[in-house]
Amino acid sequence: MVKTAVYRTLGLSDSEYKKILDILGRKPSPTELAMFSVEWSEHCGYTRSRKLLQLLPKTGKYQVLIGEDSGGIIIDDFIVVFKMESHNHPSQVEPKQGAATGVGGIIRDIFTTGAKPIASLDSLRFGPLNDPYNRYLLRGVVDGIQFYGNCLGVPTVGGEIYFDESYSGNCLVNAMSIGIVKKENLARGRAFGVGNSIIYVGSSTGRDGISGCSVLASQEFKGEEEKRPSVQIGDPFTEKCLIEATLEALQTGHIVGIKDMGAAGLTCSASEMAEAGDSGVEIELQHVPRREENMEPWEVMMSESQERMLACIKKGNEQEIIHIYEKWDLHAVVIGHVIKKKVIRVKDNGNKVAEIDPNALANAPLYDMPYSKPEYLDELNSFDVSTVSEPADFSSALIMLLSSPIIASKKWVYEQYDHMVQTNTIVLPGSDAAVLRLKGTNKAIAAVTDCNSRYCLLNPYRGAQIAVAEAARNLVCSGAEPAAVTDCLNFGNPEKPDRFWQFKNCVEGITDVCKFFNIPVVSGNVSFYNESPKGPINPTPTIGMIGIIDDASKVCVQYFKKEGDIIILLGECGGELGGSEYLKLIHGTVKGDAPELNLNREMSVQQTALEAVRNGLIHSAHDCSEGGLAAAVAESCISSDDMIGARIELENGNERTDALLFGESQSRIIISCSKQNLSRIEKIADKYNALLTVIGRTGGNELEIYRNDSRIISLPLSNLHDAWAGALEKSLKEG
Amino acid sequence: MKFGVVVFPGSNCDRDCFYVIQDVLKQPVEFIWHKQSQLNGFDCIVIPGGFSYGDYLRCGAIARFSPVMKPVIDFAYEGGLVLGICNGFQVLLESGLLPGAMLRNRDLNFICKYVYIRIENNMTSFTNLYKKGDILKIPIAHYEGNYYIDENDLKTLEENKQVVFRYCSREGDIKPEANPNGALGNIAGIANKEGNVLGMMPHPERCSENELGSGDGFLVFKSIVSWLERK
Repeated sequence: MVKTAVYRTLGLSDSEYKKILDILGRKPSPTELAMFSVEWSEHCGYTRSRKLLQLLPKTGKYQVLIGEDSGGIIIDDFIVVFKMESHNHPSQVEPKQGAATGVGGIIRDIFTTGAKPIASLDSLRFGPLNDPYNRYLLRGVVDGIQFYGNCLGVPTVGGEIYFDESYSGNCLVNAMSIGIVKKENLARGRAFGVGNSIIYVGSSTGRDGISGCSVLASQEFKGEEEKRPSVQIGDPFTEKCLIEATLEALQTGHIVGIKDMGAAGLTCSASEMAEAGDSGVEIELQHVPRREENMEPWEVMMSESQERMLACIKKGNEQEIIHIYEKWDLHAVVIGHVIKKKVIRVKDNGNKVAEIDPNALANAPLYDMPYSKPEYLDELNSFDVSTVSEPADFSSALIMLLSSPIIASKKWVYEQYDHMVQTNTIVLPGSDAAVLRLKGTNKAIAAVTDCNSRYCLLNPYRGAQIAVAEAARNLVCSGAEPAAVTDCLNFGNPEKPDRFWQFKNCVEGITDVCKFFNIPVVSGNVSFYNESPKGPINPTPTIGMIGIIDDASKVCVQYFKKEGDIIILLGECGGELGGSEYLKLIHGTVKGDAPELNLNREMSVQQTALEAVRNGLIHSAHDCSEGGLAAAVAESCISSDDMIGARIELENGNERTDALLFGESQSRIIISCSKQNLSRIEKIADKYNALLTVIGRTGGNELEIYRNDSRIISLPLSNLHDAWAGALEKSLKEG
Repeated sequence: MKFGVVVFPGSNCDRDCFYVIQDVLKQPVEFIWHKQSQLNGFDCIVIPGGFSYGDYLRCGAIARFSPVMKPVIDFAYEGGLVLGICNGFQVLLESGLLPGAMLRNRDLNFICKYVYIRIENNMTSFTNLYKKGDILKIPIAHYEGNYYIDENDLKTLEENKQVVFRYCSREGDIKPEANPNGALGNIAGIANKEGNVLGMMPHPERCSENELGSGDGFLVFKSIVSWLERK
């Protein structure tokens, strides 16, 4: 049997190995080889994605600040720091721990900036729930998020859950965290100042998660290999203490820089801190607290044991910092110091086991990947809608849509998350966006995640644009001005040209739409190799977006509040059905093109809605998305405890009725308001050149929809509610 | 008048309680670190929600051995006011200041949502500004809130009017459908016989400002002030 070269088992290519030989001028030691393999993995080094990511805009309406591990925007005298990150493969292998450590990792990226984490959101995607393994994954992932997030005392306020066959065998868990820090307290992830100490804080180091990023995150799932040992185990209690101790330690002013030991553990934190600080670092592995015996140096350097961080402390102040961590019963040990020579030098019991230029580690080789349009796309796009017939009964079609797990209430999930701790959540989960007040100010921030990956499959460029546009629309509906984006780009194997074409188009789509709206992308993450033996996932560029509300007393929710209100449609129905949930659910097909997106029209609709909310003119605002106009109106009727019916009268021309009701044309918002405010709202719509149509009135115990005087939908609210409220839990029980 | 909020490692509603007392109730308040073995000059001690010591072993089971619990127990025996919320309630049960125990929620899920509770006893230090039968809209957020006590002790509890809150419907009916976690007799909160120690699973500090969707919990804190002022 031929033994595979060690570097290949670590995920390095022949040419990369040759490059390492050139850099070092000698053969690497096992520890050095391990360090290169993790730093040059796609997960840490962005080798295949970085060139395109440079396109994303870094400036916008608010001043942007981009740090080593996350980014944020400056609002008055504080900074909102936020980032989204994937933990897909670990969650597919071990859902509870995979999701839990995903939450833990992203929150560490936030508080190592000195920011207090104030909220989390999670975008989750699974295969259909008729497969018991997908049910197990959903239950496990939700359990992991509640297990970790609830204990930390960081509210989980929002997110989304999607289901699609393409995620069977490769679920997606994208976790987003938001933190707040005063401008003057911002911390960075760097080490400098010769003689300053490098201290290790947090949990001890074990063999868990070794090669998690290079082996697990940077390869696709091929078959039945046992990858469970590469998943880390989370301890939220330790992380909670770590947050408190770190925020306290940062107050001393003795910390030069601090960084999470996440993917690639000590290797990544030590070398990237040195690189960011343009300095050298020497560490002695014998000082690293261990939980297992006889660990090899390379194992200590590669371990992804959770709840650990590395900090650079001003010389002479070590004891004060160590004392703070010990108060919280955490390890804090000096393991090295900043040195003059710009290298990362690793010693084990005095013997040098690695010495590498941190720039060489940080600057992974970048690849121009070949790309080509997938062959199947023309066939999908050329779908002729006239080949599907309209349903005989639109009421039962609406009931089916509301009980689709994609559209149905996610209450079963978010009620398992503590979404109120810290007492800032002024709009709870279950509306278009979650809203958090900022104590001590009049302001609030709104947050949302969004991506319809079916649109991205059918049209990656436009699908990605729609994800951004819809996230912004959700924020506007809550009364927030869209301010900044974090993106989590989940794709298949980038070495395959059709997958890379999807990636390229999505990044270009995000770039163009963000530039149009003047919204910067301040942080993000790329997750490639999301494939199972059945194929790649749908391209899924998940967008996390933050919006700012200047007056927290002027927020808006999605549900009708008063009987007798006027119902308005902002925007227009385009009669499209491509990529819709209706087409998938009722006709079993994912074809056509993604809905049109006219950016000017989108802008005018958003500006109109935002100004109307800010002026306190409306009672509810809800984006039309999956399930179209009919589902949106139904949700506005039934998503609060006090359900309110509606009578809708549509007078559209010649499009199909199913397209009118369930088509997913973009740039539409359903608003309710009192009659006396109508004329003021009309003036605002005129100013921004947005199309406004009065389509009905709230009231009663039924949802009735008429088209040109004939009744096409008539349903008691209790039927709508029953279909929508319990569907997810029912699918989890019955499949 | 001075309030103290105990901080165990893993407490996570400590700041929320502190905020309500200082910024909404406008009363002096201090944090009390769990390693403290003496208490000086406090009129009311709040044991907040969270996951003290990670809730490893059993909720509240490790916290009861914290150095701070000895003076808290002494304070309670001397008649001092002690309010345990959520995990704080569990700590009070574990430390024997209140009778009974918590089981996992009936559906074996963590539950975070608004529920309704009814004031069963408005004669305590913590509820004297409510009317008997008042219905509060208040959030819960716990995994172990399924209150249990044996039959004899339950009888004693009822006879002494120690049941202070029960889960109820929006209209105030005590019925199984209104019970979120399976707690015996829909019990959401109890006091000791003397009425100076209260444990409750719902979070009054999360509903002390209308901005948050309900202000119904604020009178718990105000009742304490009114009680102490009259004393």
